[in-house]
Amino acid sequence: MFERLTSGFSKIFSRASRKGRLKPADIDEVLAEMREALLDADVHTKVVEKFCNQVRAECLSAELHQALNPAQQITKIVHSELISILGGESFDFKYSSQPPTVVLLAGLQGSGKTTAAAKLASWFLQQGRRPLLVGADLQRPAAVEQLRVLGEEAGVPVFSDTAAPPKVAARGLSEANRLGRDVVICDTAGRLAIDKELMAEISKVGKALKPHYTFFVADAMSGQNAAVVAEQFNEAVALDAVILTKLDSDARGGAALSVREVVGCPVAFISTGERLGDLEQFHPDRLAGRILGKGDILGLIEQTEQTFEQDEAEAAAERLIAGTYTLDDFLEQMRQIKKMGSLSSLLSRIPGSPENVDDAATDKRMAHMEAIICSMTPLERFKPEIINNSRRQRIAKGSGTSTADVSKLIKEFTNARKMMGSLTKSAGMKRSGKKPNRKKGGRVTPKGGRQHGRTPQGAVTGIDLAKLEQELGIDLSQLEN
Amino acid sequence: MALFKRRAKSQTAEDFASDVAAPEDSSFNALDNSELEVHAPELNLPTLTWEEAEEILLQADLGVATTNKIVQLAQDNYSGEVSERLQQALLAELTQPMSPEENAAVGDADIADAGVGDFAEVAGVATEASPAIWLVVGVNGVGKTTTVAKLAKAQKDQGHRVVLAAADTFRAAAIDQLQTWADRLDVSLVKGAPKGDPAAVVFDAVEHAKARGADLVIADTAGRMHTKDNLMEELQKILRVANKSQGTVSEILLVIDSTTGQNGISQARVFNESVRPTGIVLTKLDGSSKGGVVVSVQQELQLAVKFIGVGEGLSDLRQFDPAAFATTLLCGA
Repeated sequence: MFERLTSGFSKIFSRASRKGRLKPADIDEVLAEMREALLDADVHTKVVEKFCNQVRAECLSAELHQALNPAQQITKIVHSELISILGGESFDFKYSSQPPTVVLLAGLQGSGKTTAAAKLASWFLQQGRRPLLVGADLQRPAAVEQLRVLGEEAGVPVFSDTAAPPKVAARGLSEANRLGRDVVICDTAGRLAIDKELMAEISKVGKALKPHYTFFVADAMSGQNAAVVAEQFNEAVALDAVILTKLDSDARGGAALSVREVVGCPVAFISTGERLGDLEQFHPDRLAGRILGKGDILGLIEQTEQTFEQDEAEAAAERLIAGTYTLDDFLEQMRQIKKMGSLSSLLSRIPGSPENVDDAATDKRMAHMEAIICSMTPLERFKPEIINNSRRQRIAKGSGTSTADVSKLIKEFTNARKMMGSLTKSAGMKRSGKKPNRKKGGRVTPKGGRQHGRTPQGAVTGIDLAKLEQELGIDLSQLEN
Repeated sequence: MALFKRRAKSQTAEDFASDVAAPEDSSFNALDNSELEVHAPELNLPTLTWEEAEEILLQADLGVATTNKIVQLAQDNYSGEVSERLQQALLAELTQPMSPEENAAVGDADIADAGVGDFAEVAGVATEASPAIWLVVGVNGVGKTTTVAKLAKAQKDQGHRVVLAAADTFRAAAIDQLQTWADRLDVSLVKGAPKGDPAAVVFDAVEHAKARGADLVIADTAGRMHTKDNLMEELQKILRVANKSQGTVSEILLVIDSTTGQNGISQARVFNESVRPTGIVLTKLDGSSKGGVVVSVQQELQLAVKFIGVGEGLSDLRQFDPAAFATTLLCGA
């Protein structure tokens, strides 16, 4: 994601690093290229001008003249300017003290509101909340039906009605109270910002719902008009934050910068894939790092931590140490990884990881592996050693694969078990040395709901924090702050 | 439809709003102007400096390279007010790659026949045994399903017997959405199971059309990110299967949302490589977006805009008029 912006910037920086010292003429040259990179990333012209002017002013300020490494200088300035344009601090979602916390979604047609609503519901579920989806899109044929299907997939109830949208919203609210749901997500019809009638309608929905948060759903592929549209929506319903969708395309995502700058509301969530789990909170500082080519390890760790159901993960880890890790655990973990979203979206956050991951092939392989394991008896899963030729043939038949596939899986599993065993012995289950200072502050896991003093993700997911730090040459605990 | 092209080229800002001459040949008249009149609000070109002009073009999503090119062209080749020169340059860019002379020079007769706003003839393509097939493709959320409904209405009004194929089996409730439109239009809809094989749906729709004596199948496909190889392969499969059916694929329409920025070029490139669309439908032009990215697309891929969508109603489909488009684009936000 944001690749185009990133690649544009890295080119500019490599040019800058070849220069010995920053001169005003150099700065202008670099800025001209930066302007072009930003415009091609669909950042609004006015925002680009402002950005370039600020960077120029910073670059020319007296103290920086003395420094020696111009590339570092510019990187630092651009980084801090990017963060300030992207909104500085991360958006902090606060739940109302008097539930339900109400969220209203608004945006143009086709920006992805309905899908975003379902993904958001799924996200709230993971946070341990009990969301209710309200479908107030009575404009587009079958929009409510779409929400119902997605709600069912996410395991979240959906309320709708054939009344006018403001009424549906109000009824949805009382339905949430009746059912004891603590978060309400209201999906609305897509509308053009210049359609006065529909804009009046959404402000009525806003008045009926009195949302705690109004999210503007924006397509990452939007062009210059995104800023203008956001401004008009802001006038109608007072936007609090943005959900940026379709970031799994090769979109440059410049709209995020424009909207933030023009309307002043931050990007709260980004959606990076077609699955319900492909929604994450947006962190401007990490994005600024990503634009400059540093990856987003923190986001990955957070997602890993959230998806893996703690109790199960711990149990599996214990079995791993005891050497009783079975194919059932293997299957469970594979399913957990699937929940985290596509592999390419995970890998895009690790700097230096391969750019092109064939999601389709990986998915297919995982599906095959799942089928093979599911075709085994409990005993076979527990003790794959007993699988002889006749059993192998039965399993292959049952899973629609070949006996070679079955053998391959068993071999891979045995190797993995061996490797993981030696890994846990050498690295230890816990991260040695200092304890991560990350606050787990009352995060409620879907299953357990208790607080954990330690972070088992290192061992469980195969991401060993200490090792990762060593490889990347960075201090993760510093990143966290 | 050479007539339309010539007229468009000679148009100026003052007279572009006049109504479009009806095409002469009309065994099939997809562009019947009583139904699809040109979307042409009465606008006067603003007085601009070159700097303002550049900003307007950038804000209309033409992108840096195309903006520079247009400005250069306007400065070199035309005279008069800045905005008039730009309009002429834009018009030249929008129509020129489609000119019969140039295409004749390249020696590509097929392209020469398919000019701006031109459309494959259902009557010409379809026979008793073989209905025409139109595929509607594009990324997520651009308005494919609505466009299918609008196309169906226009064709039905022309006296064609239309069958819709709900080949978007992926998005939740997409089939229901198209069913609603089909009911309103009173045309038959062939659908498969949700998550089923979309190619099979198209194939079945052709069979159905043949059995019922319908001469046109319009297929709605699932939105797919052009970056997802597997989904692009699925689309190729739909095309392959459609070609093997008893129908004839005569149009592949790529739907582009006019709010799209520079990513539109990337979309068009990949779809072009994958299924070679025969034209573009530019949707949501009733908003404040200008859809300027199609200028770059047309330049790079010689892929012409055939229709524009200007609203959510069934009749809100218009023939693309380059002159009107250029003027609206220059009139700013």
